[in-house]
Amino acid sequence: MPIALFWFLAAVSLISAFGVVLQRNPLHCLLALIVTLLAIAVLFIGEDATVVGFLQAIVYAGAIMVLFLFVIWLLNLRAEMGPTGHLGLKLFGTIAVAAMFAELMAFLLPPHLQIKFAGHAAGYGSIDSLSQTLFSEYLVAFEVTSVLLLVAVIGAVALARRSTASEIQEHAADNARKERSAAQ
Amino acid sequence: MAELIVGAIEAVLMIFIGLNLAVFLLYFERKGSALIQDRVGANRASITGLGRKLGLPNLGIINTLVADPIKLFTKEDFVPAGADHFLHTLAPFIALFPVMITFVVIPFGDTITFGGRTFGLQAAPLSAAALYLLATIGIGVYGVSLGGWASNNRWALLGGIRATAQMISYEIAMGLAIIAIVITYGSLDLQAMVRMQGGVWFGWLPRWGIFVQPLAFILLLTAGIAESKRVPFDLPEGESELILGYMLEYSGGKQAAFMLTDLAEQALVAMLLVTFFFGGWQVPWLYRDGFHLPGGAIVALAPLLVSIAGVVAFLIKVVILCSFMGLIRWTLPRFRYDQLMKLGWKILVPLGLANILITAFVVVVAGGAH
Amino acid sequence: MMVPLPYLMALSGAIFAIGVLGFLTRRNILVMFMSVELMLNAVNLAFIALGSRLGTMDGQVIVFFVMTVAAAEAAVGLAIIISIFRGRETVHADDLTLLRW
Repeated sequence: MPIALFWFLAAVSLISAFGVVLQRNPLHCLLALIVTLLAIAVLFIGEDATVVGFLQAIVYAGAIMVLFLFVIWLLNLRAEMGPTGHLGLKLFGTIAVAAMFAELMAFLLPPHLQIKFAGHAAGYGSIDSLSQTLFSEYLVAFEVTSVLLLVAVIGAVALARRSTASEIQEHAADNARKERSAAQ
Repeated sequence: MAELIVGAIEAVLMIFIGLNLAVFLLYFERKGSALIQDRVGANRASITGLGRKLGLPNLGIINTLVADPIKLFTKEDFVPAGADHFLHTLAPFIALFPVMITFVVIPFGDTITFGGRTFGLQAAPLSAAALYLLATIGIGVYGVSLGGWASNNRWALLGGIRATAQMISYEIAMGLAIIAIVITYGSLDLQAMVRMQGGVWFGWLPRWGIFVQPLAFILLLTAGIAESKRVPFDLPEGESELILGYMLEYSGGKQAAFMLTDLAEQALVAMLLVTFFFGGWQVPWLYRDGFHLPGGAIVALAPLLVSIAGVVAFLIKVVILCSFMGLIRWTLPRFRYDQLMKLGWKILVPLGLANILITAFVVVVAGGAH
Repeated sequence: MMVPLPYLMALSGAIFAIGVLGFLTRRNILVMFMSVELMLNAVNLAFIALGSRLGTMDGQVIVFFVMTVAAAEAAVGLAIIISIFRGRETVHADDLTLLRW
């Protein structure tokens, strides 16, 4: 990947990451997050991880962010008006994050992290090699992840739905029974 | 460097073709629909009235192709009060962008040889082009939803929510149909898929995808029409219910952008159907050196002529399919919202999964792809 | 011409730090959640970069799993946020003090 393209994508992702964190309107934060995700997806494709890069765009930027969007609509979240306070929290948070950032850069930037790059095998990052590795070495993890997704879907539906009328009645009857037994 | 320039030229050419198809569909909206519904259609604006004097039927070209765009682009451009100014202006272009960039991966011809150099006639020869399609269709959801939200109008918001829910539901059906096609051809590359559709079976039947995957064709056709929000799935812009749905507070150039997205996405779906099922740029019985007719006759042709014949065949097939989708549009009534969701989730998704199972089984039994 | 590895890792570290900043500083639960997604993506980038340099597919498979688990976590987390909102009409983290001492 040409280095100029990397600098451009790095700038885009950093600016939009700051946008996620600093915007007042949650919808603008979401849009900035989508831009960050797409920039990172292009970085993936640049590193020859073609399928995973496209999956990042399809799954993360295309589906999970729509989920966020629906929740923002459902809760009708508006921009936060006025001063938000917590100056002490923000100050100390920024200092802590700056310290962590300095430490990360001290570890990641020096050239001791250069790995001997031997060139990619043919078909690296293609769907063939991804599925070869996925279904042979990581088969158990794959099956467990599918069960995890099923459980997550059931859990999300159970958490977010409104009680039906019969459940509200049952709930009220239970409360009444408890009050009667407590009053005795 | 030369490939970059050629790729850029081909990309511009494909987007140009896409936009022209969208304009053709706009013409079809006004006059083709009139033909189908046995009425006159738009016939007021004409330049010299010459046609009428000569007794020719009014083709409505000036009206649809000149007057309508002038009207659209010279209307006042406003942002409704209390709306999010930035999002309101940005939304039509977020909607238009993914459709435009999808046109560049569609192969519109075989190779062409100019001055000793061979150029492939696909603007962006991605090896994972089918995934790219799914990605851009997924991004296309945001323009519509932000357009509905940013209008500060509850009917526009309702149209936007309906449109988003519809688009993400039918994305799944579309993805399942594309997976079945990928299993059949054994490759994610669109150009490779089209190349595999050359040749004949039994000596005369072209190896088009529709004979191998008829169910996937119906799935992709339905899901594609639903994705581009055309009738019978145009509930988000239901004219009798939500006036213009998510496009309610838009006028002028921004509404033109939304309309163009609709029509261009319909053209895109037509191109996808042609690429996957109707042989793309393959002319039946035409190989690289000429025609090999079923009777055994061989007509030799120059390679340049063969390439151009491929491109022309692609365009003709896309226009036929666009007209077919327009015919569906002007014949069927609109789906109700629960019927739409039921169709998407309870009928298309199980059919798509069953299709994948059957396809995978057949491919494994027959020993390798296609 | 591959991008030098330290640059990619530095970018990953920077996005991670921005995510932590968002999580610690903002009090709107949804924005905190989005910062968590930023952190996950920074780690994904690091995995892909290292996997690419080492020449193995393991990095990409791990990113595949991280993406799937992030999807599941986003679904459940958002469902929790919705049910909190139903009970308390707020998404401000300061108003959710029921379990505090």
